[in-house]
Amino acid sequence: MEIGWNQLAQYIVSGLTTGSVYALVALGFCLIYNATRIVNFAQGDFLSLGGLLMYSTVTSFGLPAWLGFPLSVAGTALVGACLERLCIRPSRSREVTNLIFITIAASILLRGLFMHVWGKEALALPPLSPETPLRVLGAAFTPQNLWVLGITLSAIGILVFFFNRTLMGKALRATAANARAAALMGIDTRMMTMLSFALAGALGALAGILITPITSLSYDVGVLMGLKGFAAAVLGGYGNFYGAVLGGVGLGLLESLGAGLISTVYKDVIAFVALLLVLFLRPSGLLGGGSQERL
Amino acid sequence: MSREGKRFLLGFLLLASAVAALPVWIRNPYYLNVLNVVGLHVLIVVGLNLLIGFAGHISLGHAGFFGVGAYLSGILTGTYGWCPWLTMGFAACLTASLALGIGIPTLRLKGNYLVMATLGFNIIVTVFLLQLDNLTGGPSGYTGIPPLTVFGRSLISDFEFYWLIWGTALVSLVLARNLCHSRVGRGLRALHESPDAAAAAGVPVERYKVKVFILSAVYASVAGSLYAHYYGIITPKTFDIFKSVELVTMCILGGMGTLWGGLFGAVFLTPLPQLLHFFDEYKDIIFGGILLVILIFLPQGLVGWLENRLHALFQNNRR
Repeated sequence: MEIGWNQLAQYIVSGLTTGSVYALVALGFCLIYNATRIVNFAQGDFLSLGGLLMYSTVTSFGLPAWLGFPLSVAGTALVGACLERLCIRPSRSREVTNLIFITIAASILLRGLFMHVWGKEALALPPLSPETPLRVLGAAFTPQNLWVLGITLSAIGILVFFFNRTLMGKALRATAANARAAALMGIDTRMMTMLSFALAGALGALAGILITPITSLSYDVGVLMGLKGFAAAVLGGYGNFYGAVLGGVGLGLLESLGAGLISTVYKDVIAFVALLLVLFLRPSGLLGGGSQERL
Repeated sequence: MSREGKRFLLGFLLLASAVAALPVWIRNPYYLNVLNVVGLHVLIVVGLNLLIGFAGHISLGHAGFFGVGAYLSGILTGTYGWCPWLTMGFAACLTASLALGIGIPTLRLKGNYLVMATLGFNIIVTVFLLQLDNLTGGPSGYTGIPPLTVFGRSLISDFEFYWLIWGTALVSLVLARNLCHSRVGRGLRALHESPDAAAAAGVPVERYKVKVFILSAVYASVAGSLYAHYYGIITPKTFDIFKSVELVTMCILGGMGTLWGGLFGAVFLTPLPQLLHFFDEYKDIIFGGILLVILIFLPQGLVGWLENRLHALFQNNRR
């Protein structure tokens, strides 16, 4: 089989697109992990919710996309904050295992609610702007591809600014580094934990709004995407911010090239084989530090 | 015999007599079928609970081991005409080596890497079951699995399988209990209290963890083989990650790390979806809601909570 440059470029474009979305999901995992040491299995449901809210605001209520977009992100962030406030904080046991299972239970509950509200059928979410492909270097970019890349890059830029330049971002980092010390310095660490969940919700919603016009939208679309974002986070070094981005983009490219050059049938296996290989060979991930105690 | 031993014996005898007595009243094949599925779940959950309670690790891949057992038994007996009982053993051995392969690199590490590795494993199993359709039958499942035979007699009815499944489950419970009180079990309990102290006292920490993981995978594989012969048809959906989550949920609901807790969880949760079948629409909401409430307010599980209550009651009476 002859693989032309055009085809390869196309694979890279689609790999970068899905990779950006994985990176957004992985960042959400990182934020919550750093604040609480738990893996949030409801992260994928944030993604579904983002897409579903966008569908409701734009298609059902007929709001313009520029209004529906922030509303969906804010709505999902609110659900994220509620997850922390109503499920994680009141938990009688602070054991990490127990908290992880709370997120699993919350995920089942959320999925049930989504199914009840939006139904089982797949929904069609229109892309952010009309579809007229552009040709760059032999690859066809749809405007949605550009939106995904652009919004992901800006989200990462905003996060970097937030963590390094704002008081709240620094307080969040301090909480992640040492919650007790941060509390002694007068930081409201419980507030920071809630903020992490809200931010993770917002990132998940972004991912959902961006990717569901390309793939498809249904109440459970977030399950597989969430797991792949999780694999991306492990790949990069769980809890590592830049690792999450690198892991996400790497995984997206790996998947797209693997599907294009080897087999589309086993596309979904690639992410998880990569996950197993990383765990076996370099469990701290690509950018993980020396510490092997994670999760 | 120790007090704990007496209590276990008492509980076991109660359970065994309940198992023996139930078919006297229950003749309806549908209810027997539900009981059989409960029995299979008990078998898996007892093993899983050993892993969670004693090794302190969670597996989200036990439905994968369950599936490997079921499909190996199904395909090797159905397509290749192997002897069902031998195949069951073969499937268990193969599952054990898979568990060994996953367990050795991940259980060596601190932190709960096993969760991620087993999760990945389960997804890979599901994809292969779906995609290798000329071997596994793909999404619509594999059919034509021959029944098990005992002394030339085929086991077909729900009633016959009831004895086989619950007999196996009871044996597995006794084995698990004995393991808890063996050298390995004591080592693992020491490990749960303090890994460093256990290691210092000469407990081969990693090897014990891997052993328990393998044992729990073998339980799941045997349950899978029984499932395949019982139903005669198997589909990939039965063995996906949601099933794994469900199995772990049973452990949590009853109480992590108590033998009886897992049993209780399986007995309570297995019929629940059947009962909630009437309002299918709300199934996940109710299921997730119950779990959430238990996890938040009764983290020691229902059995653990009851035990504490009873304990408190007796303490008060004695005073």
